[in-house]
Amino acid sequence: MQAQEIYNKLEKQFPGKVGLFRGDFFDPCLNVDAGAIVDVCRYLRDDPETAFEVLSDLTAIDWTKKDDEKIQVVYHLFSYTKRHQIVLKADLPREAPRIATVEGVWKAANWFEREVFDLFGVDFIGHSDLRRIMLPEDWIGHPLRKDYVEQEEYDGISTQRAPLVDKLLR
Amino acid sequence: MLFDFANVLVFTALGAGFVGVNLLIGKLLRPNNPQERKLSTYECGEPATGSAWVNFNIRFYIVALIFIVFEVEIAFVFPVATTFRSWVESGQGGFAFVEILIFVAILMLGLVYAWVKGDLEWVKKVES
Amino acid sequence: MQPLLNSLPETVFTTKIDELLNWGRASSQWYMLFGLACCAIELMQTGGPRADLDRFGCVPRATPRQSDLMIVAGTLTYKMAKRTKLLYDQMPDPKYVISMGSCSNCGGLFQIAYSVCKGVDKIIPVDVYVPGCPPRPEALTEGLLRIQDKMMRERWLVKDPAAREERAGT
Repeated sequence: MQAQEIYNKLEKQFPGKVGLFRGDFFDPCLNVDAGAIVDVCRYLRDDPETAFEVLSDLTAIDWTKKDDEKIQVVYHLFSYTKRHQIVLKADLPREAPRIATVEGVWKAANWFEREVFDLFGVDFIGHSDLRRIMLPEDWIGHPLRKDYVEQEEYDGISTQRAPLVDKLLR
Repeated sequence: MLFDFANVLVFTALGAGFVGVNLLIGKLLRPNNPQERKLSTYECGEPATGSAWVNFNIRFYIVALIFIVFEVEIAFVFPVATTFRSWVESGQGGFAFVEILIFVAILMLGLVYAWVKGDLEWVKKVES
Repeated sequence: MQPLLNSLPETVFTTKIDELLNWGRASSQWYMLFGLACCAIELMQTGGPRADLDRFGCVPRATPRQSDLMIVAGTLTYKMAKRTKLLYDQMPDPKYVISMGSCSNCGGLFQIAYSVCKGVDKIIPVDVYVPGCPPRPEALTEGLLRIQDKMMRERWLVKDPAAREERAGT
């Protein structure tokens, strides 16, 4: 199925909840309303024509453009049986980003959402085990945000180091 | 004859003395800085959790048992081997040979029994 | 404290005994396999047949209890730093550390990353720094020879107030 057909199908099933289809991208993508993401994902997985049984990746982007600040959660879906793929994007406000978890639809979302929580601070409602996955538990801050400031010290180890070039030139 | 035992005593003393002297020289020459973290239990960099006493695999008992039986058998065969020459000279060499052969054969019967019963297999197959 | 160490006068006999002891130690440095990242591959190759480490008497040990040299090969993260310190503490004296590669020298390629400890000398004292990304086996062998030179210069029986103070302090 072509990406345009998948978009048309979704538009018919969820009127007003999907939009901004970009078919000219290398990976065609479309925007989904953050409140309807679980229904859209479940429909895409269960419908026999689309049959997206695999969640390839779940990640996020931190947009800091003027008047357009948001954290965008990106879902890459793939189908082995139909051999097509689509990308869904959901926009969330930067102050308190919260979205429902798709762990009930694909089990793989468990660790992906833990990673997005670890690095961006997005709260996934309904997640069974939302905690940091890569950084130590007592880390402060979410590093991949654009306004992240590295802490001065962790565990007694200073995080700064004088640039070596200055030391050598002296 | 008793003088030969003195030989054994000297060799034992020399062996033990060698080990002792080496350990003593090491004790005098090496640094000794015991610290709490240095003496802690090694668990790949993490603080140690749980007990170090784990359950023993029961199959090792079978292996150890059969080993002990045959080790004792070897211990009994050694004196026969050392005095065999005097037996042959007194004309009773054949008798001694057959005697020791029967001894080994009786113990071998026990091993064959354990083997056939499948007790030597690590993963025992159950007849279904 | 050991009464014999660093207490005898400096004569030809005692310095020769020192040389003998140091030669024995330098010719059989058992190194702890502490390969964390790509430098570990070069470490394995240095222990391999072409650039043999075994001809210097160096045998790889997996446990800190049986090793007197720790070759930190690879990027050190803050999460790993705590464990590295514990492993270094669990090595028996006298112990030495080679920092192999730029990542363990100063953070290396990942110096601007949030989770990378900028150099292993922030947590443990390093004796020899081997630069490179990764250093060639010949470079690591040179580092090992420098450690041998360092060992040969040490004083065991001969009076040396600095060494005696250091032994009492650690």
